Amino acid sequence: MPIKLPSFRQRRDTYPSDLWTQCPACQEMLFNKQLEKALRVCSNCGHHFRLSAPVRLNLLLDPDSFVEQDPGLQSLDPLGFVDLKAYPDRVAAAQATTGLRDAAVWGLGSIGGRQVVICVMDFSFMGGSMGSVVGEKVARSAEAALDRRVPLVIVSASGGARMQEGTLSLMQLVKTVAATERLRLAGVPLISVMSDPTTGGVFASFAALGDVNLAEPNALIGFAGARVSAGTIQGELPEGFQRSEFLFNHGFVDRVVHRSDLRDELIRLVALMAPEVPDASADNGNIPAFRPLSFLSALAERVIPESGEADRG
Amino acid sequence: MVDRLIGRTGRRGSSATDLPREPESPADPTAAVWARVQLARNLHRPRTLELLALIAADFVELHGDRFFGDDPAIVAGLARIDGRRVVVVGQQKGAETDENIRRNFGMPHPEGYRKAMRVMELGERLGLPIVTFVDVPGAHPGADSEERGIAEAIARSIALMTRLRTPIVTVITGEGGSGGALAIAVGDVVLALENAVYSVISPEGCASILWRTPDQAPAAALAMRMTAADQLQLGVVDEVIPEPHNGAHTDHPATAAMVKAAVLRHLDALERRPLDELVEARYRRYRALGAFTTIDVEPAAIPERPGFTDRLRNLLGGATRAATGTGPNPARSYDEPPAREEV
Repeated sequence: MPIKLPSFRQRRDTYPSDLWTQCPACQEMLFNKQLEKALRVCSNCGHHFRLSAPVRLNLLLDPDSFVEQDPGLQSLDPLGFVDLKAYPDRVAAAQATTGLRDAAVWGLGSIGGRQVVICVMDFSFMGGSMGSVVGEKVARSAEAALDRRVPLVIVSASGGARMQEGTLSLMQLVKTVAATERLRLAGVPLISVMSDPTTGGVFASFAALGDVNLAEPNALIGFAGARVSAGTIQGELPEGFQRSEFLFNHGFVDRVVHRSDLRDELIRLVALMAPEVPDASADNGNIPAFRPLSFLSALAERVIPESGEADRG
Repeated sequence: MVDRLIGRTGRRGSSATDLPREPESPADPTAAVWARVQLARNLHRPRTLELLALIAADFVELHGDRFFGDDPAIVAGLARIDGRRVVVVGQQKGAETDENIRRNFGMPHPEGYRKAMRVMELGERLGLPIVTFVDVPGAHPGADSEERGIAEAIARSIALMTRLRTPIVTVITGEGGSGGALAIAVGDVVLALENAVYSVISPEGCASILWRTPDQAPAAALAMRMTAADQLQLGVVDEVIPEPHNGAHTDHPATAAMVKAAVLRHLDALERRPLDELVEARYRRYRALGAFTTIDVEPAAIPERPGFTDRLRNLLGGATRAATGTGPNPARSYDEPPAREEV
């Protein structure tokens, strides 16, 4: 029997958690700084960790090109929903831990020098669930893309509709899809990027309807929870069920793209798909923000002479 | 919206069906809501085909999605109601076990929604208004359903209904189960029978996620405010159609008569409106649903740990604020009343 020598190495489970992260797929301990450098992809097995919205935006957009819109949107509690915790408390806790106001961020930016509207979801905010705020942001981003006739990029990371807002969350499926459908009819491209996870009501609305659907490798993408499908429906679930490659094989994803290639893919796609704008764009750039005002002044110009005539008449 | 089938097996066999239940049980709101959920799921409630038999002079069912197959959980076809030609799409559960098995317990597969889309587009082309009847526990959650793209089918059906250039009247007749219901429930007018329910997830699914046990389903049902009356208040439903005293399952003809009257009244009104205006109003209807505020604060958003100098500055700044008693406290912004409110 060999003699057990005392180990002078630190035991693995004493890795300080702010320096090291364990890969959930291969159990490898990854040094955080190197993990960040590798875009939060495990260097050992290629597992894609989830990204926060700000990191995702940095990864995809040209440096310093992002201008956030509607940062002040915040959910209400329309149902007075209380489960084990009150809904407003859950929102407040998520805001404190993420620094976000809700599970999506949208704004204007550029990819490879071309203007885009981008909306990014963040799974760390209540599972990226879609309530009124997320729905509103997606709809506004689609409307902005339509106004400017620039491509819309939506990066999904969501467990689905937010239960705490009840059917109002469900109605966000209609709200978002109605807006993206108008894009489609107007020939403005929608690029849907699905990251881990994209499930339930988010997959069953705008995420599935991209003109181009991209997915990160091995992301969970599906409608019903795999647990349910396995538990209540007889029969074995196929290998890799509801993963990116499964969707690719069944024709619902155009391309499965490694995170390190994602920006380059988007640059190429945007360049190939963006509507060719006749060069009035210099003049178009700033208008949408002032539209309400210019609309009012146009109205005023029209109304004042008429009322003057009416007085005279 | 997905974990909807938990705890369903008990319900199926033990049929809470034949006992006529009082929906009113004023003492306990949870029990009252749960009784309504049971009524909405009652196996003997009139479904699309039963209603059509009573309200339509003629109905020709159309089958198949032209891609894959025919889904018996969704029926679609051409009908004549009170002399008016319409396209009808609806979900169909079975009243008996045999029929229920054949119809997959009313849970549609992608081909069901693709059939619905095909027939609704036909309605648009022929200039016929669309009436849909919604009663579904949820879309089928199996592997075959996912393989054929259930999410894509639902999303595309919703998208189609938001832009169809023909009037759409939707009636929630029983269970409005999440995306599986919504896929055929986007209308200019959404009606609901008195004991119908509409929810983003089944109460069992909601309870097992948020309460960590499906036994809390009645509490979840109450919290989600899923009854027709609650949905009317939220603006998701436009009008509630009353049911005969003990529920729709006790008197099909009376229920059908009320459904028919309400549907015809709304079709009359909708058909008088120009199509452009109608489609724009439908877009606006859904665009306005949601509850949020806009806070007038630039995002403070400095989640990084402050450096030593920052902390020192904060400390000093905090001290001066405390001393003078003025100066904004950024943390307070959450407590301020909303600058704007949209519901």
